[in-house]
Amino acid sequence: MHELGIVKHVVDQVEKAAEENKVNKVLKLTLEVGEVSSIVPDYFKDCFEWYKKKTKYMQDTLLDLVIIEGISYCTNCKTTYKTVEHAKICPSCGSKETYLVTGNQMTIKDMLVE
Amino acid sequence: MGKVRTILLQKGVFDDNDLQARKLRDYLKSKGTFLINVMSSPGAGKTTTLVSLINRLKGFMNIAVMEADIDYDIDAVRVADKTGCPSIQLHTGGMCHLDAEMTKQGIDGLGSFPDLIFLENVGNLVCPAEFDTGAHLDAVILSVPEGDDKPLKYPLVFQKASIVIINKIDALDYFTFDAEKCKRNILENNPNARIFTVSAKTGEGMEELTNYIKKTIKEWH
Repeated sequence: MHELGIVKHVVDQVEKAAEENKVNKVLKLTLEVGEVSSIVPDYFKDCFEWYKKKTKYMQDTLLDLVIIEGISYCTNCKTTYKTVEHAKICPSCGSKETYLVTGNQMTIKDMLVE
Repeated sequence: MGKVRTILLQKGVFDDNDLQARKLRDYLKSKGTFLINVMSSPGAGKTTTLVSLINRLKGFMNIAVMEADIDYDIDAVRVADKTGCPSIQLHTGGMCHLDAEMTKQGIDGLGSFPDLIFLENVGNLVCPAEFDTGAHLDAVILSVPEGDDKPLKYPLVFQKASIVIINKIDALDYFTFDAEKCKRNILENNPNARIFTVSAKTGEGMEELTNYIKKTIKEWH
């Protein structure tokens, strides 16, 4: 439900970059979204479609969401595992001494412009 | 048709907000104003806790309150009535959180720089955790009726907060709420969290919380 707020921050930053780079329009925008980043991709896309109508450069922008898999590391048995399937508990040894290595990012990667 | 090219951005979605938040934090520091961002789910007792806290602190410092809600001004009126401190209502216009820019607008709207500003964020445990408001201290309130497992279900907000206030402990007899388990669940997410157990209604535990805030502000100056 917070996707709209995040979309606004993304769009504002992209519009600013479009302005600075003196482009005519943004054709495609690529975002990297971690599996455990708290963004729901479908909601995000819906919010984006609605919000882009209010922009100067992004009226026809296609949104490409690249989902990055969540991977955690166990400091006890020194292995990695899929965060979404096992959360905080290591599936190999049962330890809770684990941390997320990747998968919570939200990055504005690049934009295709003309 | 113009030439098509790719521009590499490689920016975090929250980068611009984080930068504005840092600027706001520094700006307030230069004015000697300490900002506390208070987060909780709806109904955890944010406003009641603030009223109780402000009435204990106001003899020692000037305080103002910013109330953020999606709509209506009932909280701002209530706080002003019960504490005598200036309060303003911020409407987020449907947004479920405040960001640094909205917080700055609220501070500009206050038109003064008291010793302490409380920002009562929108009642929500998800979105406010993602957006740095520029506060010097983030606090989260969790109330007994919500259950001791809440820190496990909404980990991010408990990771971001430096203090966690367990409120409504006067109602412990009526709910299956294990306070020790709740504390373990909080510390599992955030080993550095300072935890206070209070009842804003009866005043139990409020003295300790008040003293902690006084001490924190004194050390910050």
